[in-house]
Amino acid sequence: MIVNISINGQMHSHDVEPRLLLVHYIREYAELHGTHWGCDTSNCGICIVLMDDPVSDQPPYPVKSCTMLAAMAEGYEIVTVEGMAAPDGTLDPIQMGFHEMHALQCGFCTPGMMSTGRWLIERHPNPTQMTDHEIRDGISGNLCRCTGYDNIVKAIRWAAAYIEEHPESARTARA
Amino acid sequence: MQTPAPVEYSRATSVDDALAQLQALGGNARILAGGYSLIPMMKLRLANPGHVIDINPLERDLNYIREEGDHIAIGPLTRHVNMLESDLLARVFPDIFREAEAVLADPVVRNRGSMGGSLCQSDPAEDLSGVIVALKGQAVLRGTGGSERVVEMDEFHIGPYMTCIQPTEMLVEVRIPIRKGFGGAHEKVERRAGDFAIVAASSALAIEGGKITWAGVACSAVGPTTLHIERAEQALVGQAPSEDLFAQCGQMAAADCSPNSDGRGPADYKRHVAGVLTTRALSRAAATALR
Repeated sequence: MIVNISINGQMHSHDVEPRLLLVHYIREYAELHGTHWGCDTSNCGICIVLMDDPVSDQPPYPVKSCTMLAAMAEGYEIVTVEGMAAPDGTLDPIQMGFHEMHALQCGFCTPGMMSTGRWLIERHPNPTQMTDHEIRDGISGNLCRCTGYDNIVKAIRWAAAYIEEHPESARTARA
Repeated sequence: MQTPAPVEYSRATSVDDALAQLQALGGNARILAGGYSLIPMMKLRLANPGHVIDINPLERDLNYIREEGDHIAIGPLTRHVNMLESDLLARVFPDIFREAEAVLADPVVRNRGSMGGSLCQSDPAEDLSGVIVALKGQAVLRGTGGSERVVEMDEFHIGPYMTCIQPTEMLVEVRIPIRKGFGGAHEKVERRAGDFAIVAASSALAIEGGKITWAGVACSAVGPTTLHIERAEQALVGQAPSEDLFAQCGQMAAADCSPNSDGRGPADYKRHVAGVLTTRALSRAAATALR
């Protein structure tokens, strides 16, 4: 079947099997390899991408792309790690935060972790006041085997503070 | 690599359309909601539908939590995050939905996973099913031609991963009676954040004039389905709430459940935990009811 999906603002159209998972559509058909493919069992959160429902007023929210058929994503806007930075290359605050706070070692979990982190900030009424518990609970569907999570929590907090100081930077996560 | 077996995909344009498709496909199709239960089952080849009918386009019609006279109605495509954050559920059923939804899977799964998907998966270790069984909810099933039947949760879940839904039927609503003086609690022991329960206990009480007028006691992951602990419910009704009474009910839960030994622990341990969690949940439910 022909599946049309808008990824990072660009429409992709491919003839795929209906059983194709979104993560493989993104990696093998759209050839965007920034979205990683991990446990394949909805546990690890490595494959998380942001999904925006154009008819909803909610911010884009993270979904596990190994647990969605590509066909289910038609009509939604998908944002992968490649679509996070501004067109001029300015990194999204969450990307800056991961850089500044050294929130990655091997980098395998990072695209998913940043997607969830971006959403936590965007949906929180007062992001700079997020408790460690709120952040840790928020990323409990994302596994990291390197960092021990400490620097990831700091990076999300860093990004929240940056967005508060630079409100104009907050829009870049939307495609 | 885990991939579902070859399958056909279509979208539903309405509930009637979904039912017509189910009928036309002769029982070889499954309704696809959030996908967080069905797609993993398809990857494991434990579910092998020839066709999936995606109802996500019906979000506006099927995602709702409404007060309707003497009950709360929840639409099948209501996402876990909606139940977690619902002020209506928190007000009418304090705090059992919020407690269960806060420990059900993880926030990303809760964004998409649905009430209907959770119930129809009929996993005996699943948290939301425990709550709806404890609250003695009713499932509304619609068949072709618009005929509806209403079944109690005890009849709805007939075994692990098995429900009473016929191949041409669809879960269209869950109804939960509103009770005065309500308090509820959900207790869970899990191996790690977001996992299925080792054991979970969902308890709810209605207390009026110092007496328990209604009780719902359920345990998850300790039987082929979410279990009603009927003996405990009978023991509670008509009594004044007390820690002794709740301890006795915990003993009944431990005695009446039927856990298996597996990777999550030996059966005698689970039996012990079912008792402790039931006592704790009842105690907190009473405190909430009297708050």
